[in-house]
Amino acid sequence: MKSRPITRRSFLKGMGAATVAATLPMSLVEVAFADSSENFTFAYISDSHIQHIKGSKFVRNWDRGLIRSVAETNMLRPKPDFVVFGGDLAQLGTKPELDHGAEMLSKLNYKYYCVMGEHDYYLDLGEYWSTLFGPHYYSWDHKGVHFIILNSILTHDHWTYDRWPTAKQRMNEMAGLDNPNGSPFMVGAKQRQWLKKDLAKIEKETPVVVFSHSPIQKIYKGWNFWTDDAEEVQALLRPFDAVTVVYGHVHQIQYNQIGNISFNAVMATAWPWPYPQSYSQAATYLPKLTVPMNRADPFFERDATGWQFMDIKTGRVDLNYNLYSNANRTVAYNPKTGRPEDVSYQSPDKRISPQTHY
Amino acid sequence: MKRFNFCLIIAAGWICLFSSMPAGSAETQVPLGLPELTYPEANPQTQAKIALGDKLFHDQRFSSTGDVSCATCHDAGKAFTDAPLKVSEGIHKLTGTRNAPTIVNSAYFTTFFWDGRSPDLEDQALHPFTNPVEMGLKTHQPILDIVRTDSQYKKAFKNVFGKNAASITIKDVVQAIASFERTKISGNSPFDRWRYGGDADALTPRQKRGFDVFVNQGRCVSCHVIEETQALFTDNRFHNVGVGINDIQMVVSRLANEFLKAKITMSEVDIRVLTDQRTSELGRFAVTRKFDDMGSFKTSTLRNIAATAPYMHDGSLKTLRDVVKHYNNGGVTIKDDPVNDFLSGGIRPLNLTDRQIDDLTAFLESLTSPEFAVK
Repeated sequence: MKSRPITRRSFLKGMGAATVAATLPMSLVEVAFADSSENFTFAYISDSHIQHIKGSKFVRNWDRGLIRSVAETNMLRPKPDFVVFGGDLAQLGTKPELDHGAEMLSKLNYKYYCVMGEHDYYLDLGEYWSTLFGPHYYSWDHKGVHFIILNSILTHDHWTYDRWPTAKQRMNEMAGLDNPNGSPFMVGAKQRQWLKKDLAKIEKETPVVVFSHSPIQKIYKGWNFWTDDAEEVQALLRPFDAVTVVYGHVHQIQYNQIGNISFNAVMATAWPWPYPQSYSQAATYLPKLTVPMNRADPFFERDATGWQFMDIKTGRVDLNYNLYSNANRTVAYNPKTGRPEDVSYQSPDKRISPQTHY
Repeated sequence: MKRFNFCLIIAAGWICLFSSMPAGSAETQVPLGLPELTYPEANPQTQAKIALGDKLFHDQRFSSTGDVSCATCHDAGKAFTDAPLKVSEGIHKLTGTRNAPTIVNSAYFTTFFWDGRSPDLEDQALHPFTNPVEMGLKTHQPILDIVRTDSQYKKAFKNVFGKNAASITIKDVVQAIASFERTKISGNSPFDRWRYGGDADALTPRQKRGFDVFVNQGRCVSCHVIEETQALFTDNRFHNVGVGINDIQMVVSRLANEFLKAKITMSEVDIRVLTDQRTSELGRFAVTRKFDDMGSFKTSTLRNIAATAPYMHDGSLKTLRDVVKHYNNGGVTIKDDPVNDFLSGGIRPLNLTDRQIDDLTAFLESLTSPEFAVK
């Protein structure tokens, strides 16, 4: 891939030209780099949970979500430079599920990168997934931005290798959201070592964007909205001026800022999860959810699902959420407050009641 | 006891209705099964305005050939549609791309045209006059020329709007037409008498079974809304139900891009969607330009549906049974055809039996008001 290094200077110049991203996906705001030939956007699809029933039958609802997001992504203009699939392509990691999912992803008219989700991994530890989508973690540079894909859903070796009599049971145990037999996700020492080396080559003013399946921050352990070695990974990212972590897994819009790192979650194409405060019994250190998602109408299966396209006009990733039966939303880094914020609904008086949209 | 309470509520409703009516008002009494009607403040109902609207609605001189009026496609004898035409015929028998929706109960709708490109009845009435395949005028001027010179119109406009001939505007014309349309309120169907009128025998056993399919396994009620005291049979929303767009699946992306690149104005959209079949199939996307609206059309009311075949925005389904089968197949007319990528999340195979399909079809036939019942 041909890429030309850009400097922090050119980014700052670009910021002046940055406007609020349009909410209409078809009219993308261009990424405001100083050199307009370097402008780009990318799209993000995640958590499709393709589920095999038997023979050639798959759960229709999950299929429709992925098919629709792929078809819509193909209509984006200007065209995104690439697409990221954020993990959990499969529900139980089987070959039929991964093959079926890969077939649907192959309809994308763009190059795409895949992140490993726990539902893809715990049957054969990502072996078949790798034959379809390549390595579990790696990095690349694109138009002056350093992109990193991490496999953040690993866990203790004991749990992975010794605890379960069969691979299938291991998969099933990790597939439950609130299953106490699960185990906290982690990036692990080996990958952190790799990450340290990878980052050593990068200038500190280069924008860094990390794609992981689980949040590289601690939200709620009971649902594995969690990465156990999050602080250690964050420490490796701390020296950089602008870092964005984009994660799937949580099936909802979340955003947070820890030091120099902006965190953004993406929507699932399959189904929404609520924010865990509705579930946790004991006091926890949940980050405050400022803008709740609209309540889903269960009749419309796509409601409260979606996908997103992104741009990096401030050196951080701004996310434009394409939501069904709802007003689309944009979460963008606000240089004034130094954190990601909802462009339209951040202020309490601008919120839409979660129950008024239908 | 239950029946007694119900009667009390009905009685209270009528009292409210009458007591809230201003003196001399021409507001239509609401029949059984429909909610109270509100009128736009900017266009209050009067008897004289309604009568003027009636006349305008039927005037064929407002077309380039002098033989097409609003009533050509919205015929009172056909439940205010042009059944059995598949799509409407305008001047020179030119055809558009869409099946004429009924005027009946349109006073309750929140958007107009199949893609909702018009916000109210007044605005809606402006467009067919100047659409090249409908009434074919180049501008609204010929209409003004007629109403400013015809002695009956001059008198009526003076009476209704207090205006001299020279100051009559097209806004006055469409206000009168909208007022007339708002009087076409129709309920009191066998379904209404059964559901809201306490007449246990108003529906046949088959229709009652069909009602059960309608609200349960058939999933119809989620969009064709029935409430506790009234039923409009529409959610006033837009859905891709796999009609029309299924035929352009291979080219949707290209069509959408061409459409957006053309950057046409909303009044050009009106012409484009009625003169170009494939653009028509983009549905509400052509209005909002949102992915979520690709191939979606407004939920049609089901009142008097048995009198308005054929069905769907393009009139492509001949009978009510065909419609039920289309939904039973999960949004395709021919079973096992591929569904389109943008299908609404509410549409999925229903696994209805032949008997359930028959029952549901029979239920749909119970929604006809007495004035539109086949004699």
